[in-house]
Amino acid sequence: MADTKTIEPKAPALVRAWDWITETQIWTSIFRHAAPINDRNRVLVMLSNVFLHMHPVRLRKSGVRLRYTWCMGGISFFLFLVLTFTGLLLMFYYRPTLEYAYSDIVGLREHVPLGIMREMHRWGAHAMVITVWLHMFRVFMTGSYKPPREFNWNIGVIMLVLTLLLSFTGYLLPWDQLAIWAITVGSNMARATPFLGHEGPGASLMALGDVQLVHAADDARFALLGGTFVGEGALLRFYVLHCVALPLVIGFLMAIHFWRVRKDGGISGPL
Amino acid sequence: MLEGLKGFIDLFADPQLFFATTVVALVLIVWKREAFSSTRWGWGLMIFLTVFFAFGLTDSDFNLIITKPDNVPIVGLIFLLVFFTWFSMRQAVDNDRRAAGGQPPIEKDEEDRVWTWPDLVYTELISMVVCTVVLIVWSIGLEAPIEQPANNANTPNPSKAPWYFLGLQEMLVYFDPGLAGVVLPSLIIVGLMAIPYIDKNPKGNGYYTFNERRVEITIFLFGFVVLWSSLIVLGTFLRGPNWNFFGPFEYWDIHKLEALTNVDLSEYVWVRGFGMALPDHWFVREIFGILLTIGYVAVLPVLLARKGLTKYYEKLGPTRYYVTVILFLSMLSLPVKMLTRWAFNLKYVVAIPEFFFNI
Ligand code: HEM
Repeated sequence: MADTKTIEPKAPALVRAWDWITETQIWTSIFRHAAPINDRNRVLVMLSNVFLHMHPVRLRKSGVRLRYTWCMGGISFFLFLVLTFTGLLLMFYYRPTLEYAYSDIVGLREHVPLGIMREMHRWGAHAMVITVWLHMFRVFMTGSYKPPREFNWNIGVIMLVLTLLLSFTGYLLPWDQLAIWAITVGSNMARATPFLGHEGPGASLMALGDVQLVHAADDARFALLGGTFVGEGALLRFYVLHCVALPLVIGFLMAIHFWRVRKDGGISGPL
Repeated sequence: MLEGLKGFIDLFADPQLFFATTVVALVLIVWKREAFSSTRWGWGLMIFLTVFFAFGLTDSDFNLIITKPDNVPIVGLIFLLVFFTWFSMRQAVDNDRRAAGGQPPIEKDEEDRVWTWPDLVYTELISMVVCTVVLIVWSIGLEAPIEQPANNANTPNPSKAPWYFLGLQEMLVYFDPGLAGVVLPSLIIVGLMAIPYIDKNPKGNGYYTFNERRVEITIFLFGFVVLWSSLIVLGTFLRGPNWNFFGPFEYWDIHKLEALTNVDLSEYVWVRGFGMALPDHWFVREIFGILLTIGYVAVLPVLLARKGLTKYYEKLGPTRYYVTVILFLSMLSLPVKMLTRWAFNLKYVVAIPEFFFNI
């Protein structure tokens, strides 16, 4: 009997190259399993990839619909990442002192060809304020704050406040007329904080004998600005809050927020 | 003709008419939601806004104010807000129609699970790409503003807070900084945080609906769209030097004079009512305002529990009821103060400058 040999047709070069690459030790050390083209690997990819692991493996169909979530939470998060990245680049150029702040910003425009980092950072920040509002709007309209998601709504409200504060503290940094006067108008209100602002109702009650405890140089506004007007102290304070403290806090809260979305049963839907 | 139209729009943008218009719009949206949520209305609104702003760009004064770099996002906000108000109402009306026909909400039909990869991951990827492209195009097209170096001695007129706080700055027209800048904003935050705990309605969780949550949605839209957002638009586009009002097609004239003839309640009562001088002691002088304020925040909720809102009192229980009503009345204090200002030129209900305490 004659031997019949079947000859496999040769795969195209690209396919072979791909197969070869995905079998190297380097590749397999990074990606622990094959591409998510079958159900088993669709599970594995969610469980083993650190960037994807915040997702569930499967979720309700309405939850992936743009119609339902408007993707506003996701976009807010993405904008936050963009802002972190562009902000980091801006920090290479910017020094928060009366001497340099303004000229560094002007220099950024004049010396960096095609530079749009400042624009991306500023417009991204405006956009994030808007997307966070719209996210809250959609969460309200779908009633998603109702049990069991009450707590996550509260985390959200705090993040909303932090988003505004991040934007507010960043507004001062260019140190131009627009910046200091916007912050002056904004922070003047703190002067009238009840009990704690020197022009606030009840401030005069905060006295030990005839020693006034609350006056212009130690009230709520002073704590915010590090001075009695928007000056060097305010610039440094706002810089540190803007670049370190607030992003850390909001990042931490985002982690809790996403965790809770999962633990509260995933994106909301009718029972 | 064109000038006439501009003049007409300027007239309409006056704070009183502007506010009245947004309130009427909200009432109509909620009441006539079936019609409002039609495709025709959606397109109509978007086209109207586009035409309005395109027309506005041809006017030098209007152009100046909406092309100010930091104001551009607010033009975007107007479009997005109108769109999403329409869009969410539309889905609510759709679901309500289904409910009327005995069907579950559309989200219920989409209960089946899909794989995160590819269904969600790809959507996310595409949104990220779209966002990046939009942001880059926006950044190339519009330079970030930088003005003269900071100068503490040179106050610009008007001095405006960043745009997202302009609703609060607008409140300064009606309230003192302590209330407008500290107390009321804190109440907004507290109020938002309280929502999930005071809203006992178990329905409408996880799907769009209006009929099952009429009151909640109406109050929220009133707070978010009418008070918060439209006051931002007002503060950004329609307030000029000295925080005077200017129509969108009006030139920002620093010398525009607005007669300030506002009168305190105490003066109304003692001087104009009783025809005598203001009493010397602040407590006697302000007694009527103080009583009125106490009546508003403390007595009114109790009366409402007896009559008017009894249904809610029974449904919510005393604690939730009082928290809700007091928060709601605080929110209403702004429109109330606006109306009394416009109708009677009322400045302060309680005015005790001795303690920096004015309401
Ligand atoms: C810094 C801003 C925020 C980020 C990055 C963020 C991110 C997200 C993301 C990615 C989701 C998943 C679903 C979706 O995209 O809609 C989500 C859900 C949710 N968010 Fe936020 N969020 C933010 C602010 C807020 C605010 C201001 C609120 C409310 C006041 C809020 C309340 C909620 C709630 C209750 C859910 C669960 C919704 C559901 O299950 O349908 N979040 N958030």
